Amino acid sequence: MGVLNIVKNDRGGQIMLGVLLVITILVPLLNLFVPETNPLHVPTYTVTLMGKYLTLALLAVAVDLVWGYLGILTLGHGAFFALGGYAMGMYLMRQIGDRGVYGNPELPDFMVFLDWQELPWFWQGFDQFWFAAIMIMLVPGVLAFIFGWLAFRSRVSGVYLSIITQAMTYALMLAFYRNEMGFGGNNGLTDFKDLVGFSLQEDTTRIGLFVLSAVALAVGYLICRHLMNSRLGRVCIAVRDAESRARFMGYRVENVKLWIFVISAMLAGVAGALYVPQVGIINPNEFSPINSIEIVVWVAVGGRATLYGAVIGALLINYAKTYFTAELPDVWLFALGGIFVLVTLLLPKGVTGFVAGLKQHKEVSA
Amino acid sequence: MKPFSFRASYRYFLSSLFVILTLFSAPAIAVIDSSLGGASALLMSKAFDNKSRGLDLLVETSHPRTSEILQLLSDSQLYYHKKDKRLFIITHYVTGKVAKDLQGNEQVIKKKRDFKKVTLNNKMRGQINRIQAELGLNADNPQQREAAVRDLLKDITPGTVATLKTRFLIEESKNVREMINIALAINDLKSSDDVLLSNAIEQLDGSLEQESRSALVAFVSTAQSPLLKKQAQIALKGIEDKVQYYGWLETLYFGLSLGSVLVLAGIGLAITFGVMGVINMAHGELIMIGAYTTYVIQLLMPDHIEWSILVAIPAAFVVSGLVGIAIERGVIRFLYGRPLETLLATFGISLILQQAVRSLFSPLNRSVETPDWMSGLIQINPVFSLTLSRLYIILFCLVVFVALLLVLKKTALGLQVRAVSQNRAMARSMGIRSNRVDALTFGLGSGVAGIAGVALSQLTNVGPNMGQAYIIDSFMVVVFGGVGNLWGTLVAGLSLGVANKVLEPWAGAVLAKVLMLIFIILFIQKRPRGLFPQRGRAAEG
Repeated sequence: MGVLNIVKNDRGGQIMLGVLLVITILVPLLNLFVPETNPLHVPTYTVTLMGKYLTLALLAVAVDLVWGYLGILTLGHGAFFALGGYAMGMYLMRQIGDRGVYGNPELPDFMVFLDWQELPWFWQGFDQFWFAAIMIMLVPGVLAFIFGWLAFRSRVSGVYLSIITQAMTYALMLAFYRNEMGFGGNNGLTDFKDLVGFSLQEDTTRIGLFVLSAVALAVGYLICRHLMNSRLGRVCIAVRDAESRARFMGYRVENVKLWIFVISAMLAGVAGALYVPQVGIINPNEFSPINSIEIVVWVAVGGRATLYGAVIGALLINYAKTYFTAELPDVWLFALGGIFVLVTLLLPKGVTGFVAGLKQHKEVSA
Repeated sequence: MKPFSFRASYRYFLSSLFVILTLFSAPAIAVIDSSLGGASALLMSKAFDNKSRGLDLLVETSHPRTSEILQLLSDSQLYYHKKDKRLFIITHYVTGKVAKDLQGNEQVIKKKRDFKKVTLNNKMRGQINRIQAELGLNADNPQQREAAVRDLLKDITPGTVATLKTRFLIEESKNVREMINIALAINDLKSSDDVLLSNAIEQLDGSLEQESRSALVAFVSTAQSPLLKKQAQIALKGIEDKVQYYGWLETLYFGLSLGSVLVLAGIGLAITFGVMGVINMAHGELIMIGAYTTYVIQLLMPDHIEWSILVAIPAAFVVSGLVGIAIERGVIRFLYGRPLETLLATFGISLILQQAVRSLFSPLNRSVETPDWMSGLIQINPVFSLTLSRLYIILFCLVVFVALLLVLKKTALGLQVRAVSQNRAMARSMGIRSNRVDALTFGLGSGVAGIAGVALSQLTNVGPNMGQAYIIDSFMVVVFGGVGNLWGTLVAGLSLGVANKVLEPWAGAVLAKVLMLIFIILFIQKRPRGLFPQRGRAAEG
């Protein structure tokens, strides 16, 4: 039971994983075996929506890893998410084959439209799933490595780091909006047909993706928790709370930061890769700085440095977003903005911190 | 206007004769527009040759309304009533609109069939252009005369050469004489006399007119004498060097104007971020509020658009400043010393402000009018002109910068701001009300953002998303320049603007911007505290 040992002292994590397990088993059953007329039936639309939330929760966990435990407020994690998504999107584009509008077996539609003659070199290999799967983690990882190597070694920190992470994702957004980049310009990649042979239109594929997202979230969570339980995790916290002291103690602070940052970016890439087939599109808008900042808010709402708080925050805010943008679209930005302000002012430890505080208060008064 | 009195009277005689002949020979055209004489009858005829003669007639009689008629013709606004045989000016050829005759009497268009447009063919258009240029040649204003010669350069005929030579004899303005010389030299390049040719090339050496260049290029490719060819090539080279030099000047000018925009956008942030250490993500929205203030002021004074900008500047300062003070008092004062939290909270505020603007004004972009005195350009020479709006932006940026510098260095508030930003506890113990100073500083930074919004409203569309477009630029400028340093902001903004414009023709606008961002990211690695870092104890934080 080595895996369960990871969450031995993590009550929140235990509950979160338990609930996740129940949902992962229950939702597909309720979708497949309960008739549509039954109020307990879960429509496929909802399954996909939940799958999408779970990928975003994984993204939030990745952000919490660097923000909560290392104190790096990243305003550019959306970039790693989007890069993972693009890697998956490229694979899915190649899977369309000659079923595109132009029927070209080699080139995706937008390239035919732009009158390109052959596949650019960076698209080579994306017809193989294993290659795409590696790229999903490798591309965000390498970008995070280069960026982090430059930034952490020269001790860029605090708000400066936040601002340049934002500049990074903004620069990528501008670049990806260009048609010449070879990633579909502002339309991005879309019209996906199937994934490793399974049609994306099938209910079973959608359920499969939902289950995969749940598993990815659970595995990602366990990896992060395991890291933070280890000595490395304690060093992280030391770096967050007193960076120069940790440095004087002889720890290579920049290496600690770098590797955690890279792992986090890879997790974000996986989240992006699972997100894309479920929503059916990836476009440069995913790089927009506001998306990255929103992720930070999920974590802030849930509670920093808890990991499960990030999951709760991501689910809460995204559910609220879906609800508000459908019912009261004008109110959504007011609500989101209000949440930003209120959480920072009134709930500095997020929802989980607030609940824990209540409990403590009870125990003390009891 | 009467340099050719002899010829004019002679022609007048001929034309009168012509009118009388037409009167008798064409009784169908009985009613004639008295103001234009025979020309009007000719313009209303069907044959283009007749119409063309009508134009000549106007010129020959040196009719006072010649240029007006020519303009109406080339704008396709001249019509005639089929039955009345009178000319009308019609701007909107729609039933129910008004047709005005040349005396100014108005008449409602009842049926569109009643009127017929005075049509032109290409030959007549050429004729109109030539007549307009020749008329301009005799204008009172030397600049108009110069422009007229420049127009004539495009198509030099023996007739225009004669006109130009006559004009040259009585021309007083040096510039116009120079321009006429160039025109004559271009004409001389067609001759076969070597001395004439050599003189012409010498004359064209250094002339930046497009026509001079093409004439020289044509000459080089056909020249017989190798000596002359060589001379022309050297002249061409000189011209090209000059053009390139002015090209660089233009890039510099564009760059400085873009840089001024960046400085304006960033300088408010230099105060709130640089001096106070507050990451204000709502800075872009404060710029937006300034821009919308300009829009509202224009709505409030639709009859005085010319002056609306001057009203908008203080108004935007006050509105954005008050919003800023409200933000500081409502949110930021609880978060001092926690920069990451201020970042999140102010980002929330920026979302609220965006949505508020969307709900109040609509999500669509609003366009703000540019007053006449801000548009137009100063033509330095044919290849280099200064756009006035850019010039105003550069000047405005410098004025704002100097004003801000003076406020911070010379006023009591400035002294207190610096004191609080360097050592809050010490400042408080010396009796400075730090709360009040914080609010005022934030208000000042926000007000300056509002002023930037006024300037930006003249350059781009005003919309709910405009703040987001500038927030990253603003941060880049402040971080690049070095936090807490207004001079750094100025240097950083201007140099980023120039660098961007230098890269643009080579890499394209988007890629240039991407490269600038990458450059700044790399630059911060090397110098984490910007171009002009703060020194001393205050810098550790």
